[in-house]
Amino acid sequence: MTTTVTKVEDGTEAPYALSHLDALESEAVHIFREVAGEFERPVILFSGGKDSIVMLHLALKAFAPAAIPFSLLHVDTGHNFPEVLEYRDRVVAAHGLRLHVASVQDYIDRGVLKERPDGTRNPLQTLPLTEKIQAEKFDAVFGGGRRDEEKARAKERVFSLRDEFSQWDPRRQRPELWNLYNGRHAPGEHVRVFPLSNWTELDVWQYIAREKIELPEIYFAHEREVFSRSGMWLTAGEWGGPKDGETVEKRLVRYRTVGDMSCTGAVDSDADSIEKVITEIAASRLTERGATRADDKMSEAAMEDRKREGYF
Amino acid sequence: MSTTTELTETTLLRFATAGSVDDGKSTLVGRLLHDSKSILTDQLEAVERASASRGAEGPDLALLTDGLRAEREQGITIDVAYRYFATPRRRFILADTPGHVQYTRNMVTGASTAELTVILIDARNGVVEQTRRHAALAALLRVPHVVLAVNKMDLVDYAEPVFAAIAEEFTAYATELGVPDVTAIPISALAGDNVVEPSANMDWYGGPTVLEHLETVPVTHDLSHCHARLPVQYVIRPQTAEHPDYRGYAGQIAAGSFHVGEQITVLPSGRSTKIAGIDLLGEPVDVAWTTQSVTILLEDDIDISRGDLLVPSKDAPPTTQDIEATVCHVADAPLTVGHRVLLKHGTRTVKAIVKDIPSRLTLDDLSLHPHPGQLVANDIGRVKIRTAEPLPVDSYSDSRRTGSFILIDPNDGTTLTAGMVGESFASPEPVKDESEDDGWDF
Repeated sequence: MTTTVTKVEDGTEAPYALSHLDALESEAVHIFREVAGEFERPVILFSGGKDSIVMLHLALKAFAPAAIPFSLLHVDTGHNFPEVLEYRDRVVAAHGLRLHVASVQDYIDRGVLKERPDGTRNPLQTLPLTEKIQAEKFDAVFGGGRRDEEKARAKERVFSLRDEFSQWDPRRQRPELWNLYNGRHAPGEHVRVFPLSNWTELDVWQYIAREKIELPEIYFAHEREVFSRSGMWLTAGEWGGPKDGETVEKRLVRYRTVGDMSCTGAVDSDADSIEKVITEIAASRLTERGATRADDKMSEAAMEDRKREGYF
Repeated sequence: MSTTTELTETTLLRFATAGSVDDGKSTLVGRLLHDSKSILTDQLEAVERASASRGAEGPDLALLTDGLRAEREQGITIDVAYRYFATPRRRFILADTPGHVQYTRNMVTGASTAELTVILIDARNGVVEQTRRHAALAALLRVPHVVLAVNKMDLVDYAEPVFAAIAEEFTAYATELGVPDVTAIPISALAGDNVVEPSANMDWYGGPTVLEHLETVPVTHDLSHCHARLPVQYVIRPQTAEHPDYRGYAGQIAAGSFHVGEQITVLPSGRSTKIAGIDLLGEPVDVAWTTQSVTILLEDDIDISRGDLLVPSKDAPPTTQDIEATVCHVADAPLTVGHRVLLKHGTRTVKAIVKDIPSRLTLDDLSLHPHPGQLVANDIGRVKIRTAEPLPVDSYSDSRRTGSFILIDPNDGTTLTAGMVGESFASPEPVKDESEDDGWDF
């Protein structure tokens, strides 16, 4: 038997094929509109990081020319980059949005949470987040999580039901069929919604470039005082670094992710424009979280365990 | 992989894998990711660390795909995982579905959004029961393209007759089921033959490698034969000084295309008007087509809300309260006659009752078991449903989006059942014509 194959030329499908960015954008907008249509009190988790900035941009497009029918929620670790807080407040004001803040520092000051010996506050975010969700009765919480970030996230649904304690049970997930998302939930439960589930880091950057979306400056190469810990460049600051034996030096760096200063590392880079960042990421042999997140290295199931407890 | 070409926008292909436990599915997925340079150094190091700590000699690529603690502990895949990789020509979303019989629902989940399914066969075993089950599911879900990957060719001396016999048997079976397009590829996932690189061991094979085929298979269809459908998701009314009278109907086009000036009908009410404008996420356009998320402006101010369906007046589907469908039951609790449920179709959720379960399908031989009384998890069967309100449904064979629905338990919100309206398998006649037109012919 011979196999004859007639090659389909790329051009034949062109008129009606969406580019991958258009397809991802359309899917994300569909998800935003489903939530607006089916939930009472949705909120967008907004950290000032690139993924939440892209989410906000998509939400603006989804409801234009009307305003976004959601408010924003920031979990403030108290160890944020000042540039990011400044960006957050500017965006909120520019679009007339309402911002809720859940503060880790408040919880520490009240004695409800205890500072960890390693100084990282990432795991401490879960309680302020989940209590805020309960207090404000949010029933849908948008997160910028992407399945390409981490292997536990690769298993996450677009609509992810959380119980009254915000817990995720990966074995009890609802199958997600076609684009028929099931947002049913009991009072007290809520649904985490991930419109960027199918995006990769590179997609996010290509979209930022295409849509000319402004980002906080720390995403681009700049000179910064950093010190080395566990193979990552951390920013010196009031959060507890550097310790004895750790030397601060000035380096040309940029951030691939934005999180708590105590566990988010910078990478050596001279990429000072979106185009250079894209070229750098496309050539990188390290994943985003592998390169810059200390908290994921704690154990093989670190992300899964935190997600089970209610982390985003 | 060159970085310059990656900067351009490419198309997106969603595909799913299916295979029995030992057919080498993880190896194929690992090979695709690895050889397309989609596994990054830190991920590989993590796998190597974990493999070493378990006493394994080499890196176990399954650890790359098994993301949950329970999966790693038991060494099995219990749920669909989504993987992402790219080549300069195309971006891929791979729904990596478990091979166990009891996870039929997971294959349904993965295949429901897939445009292509890769079905793996062990060349030494040929077409087995599980292969027929996977082909039947692909046919049932109307996955447009099927790749038969005949794996472990290295263990049959790369012999052409072995491949030819399997390909012929499978293609005949799949065509009978109504699978429109089958491409058979002889591979060795372990040795890397014909996965990403053409095989030097099988010069008798003149077709594409798996990756080459994934890169070139067409991802859209001729829209002129599609019924245009837009489920209304949300009504956009800014009520601002700048836009005092703006009233837009937002939704993702489920099938076909719409153009400005077109006469449309709103279902289920049946009122008609014309499209005054189409906004494609802020940009006015003259025409928009399937899977674009748009906002439609109409000439007349008629009552339209979430759950309505906009269709061309000349091509409106009938509305009905009696739906007959093939379903796959996905919940642990059974589906029984008399069950009161919610039915989500497009953007509309209505009350419904299961009136009858006429038959259950045995996937092994496609025989029908009459009046099973109930469907349990992973069962596929025929169901008659009465809905509380009329719904405009298409046949699933015409439209995967407006011909599909899910049943939801009204008590706890569980997704119970995946439904496909109309006949379950296509008749072979028109399908054969189509595959000839497509040019993927054996």
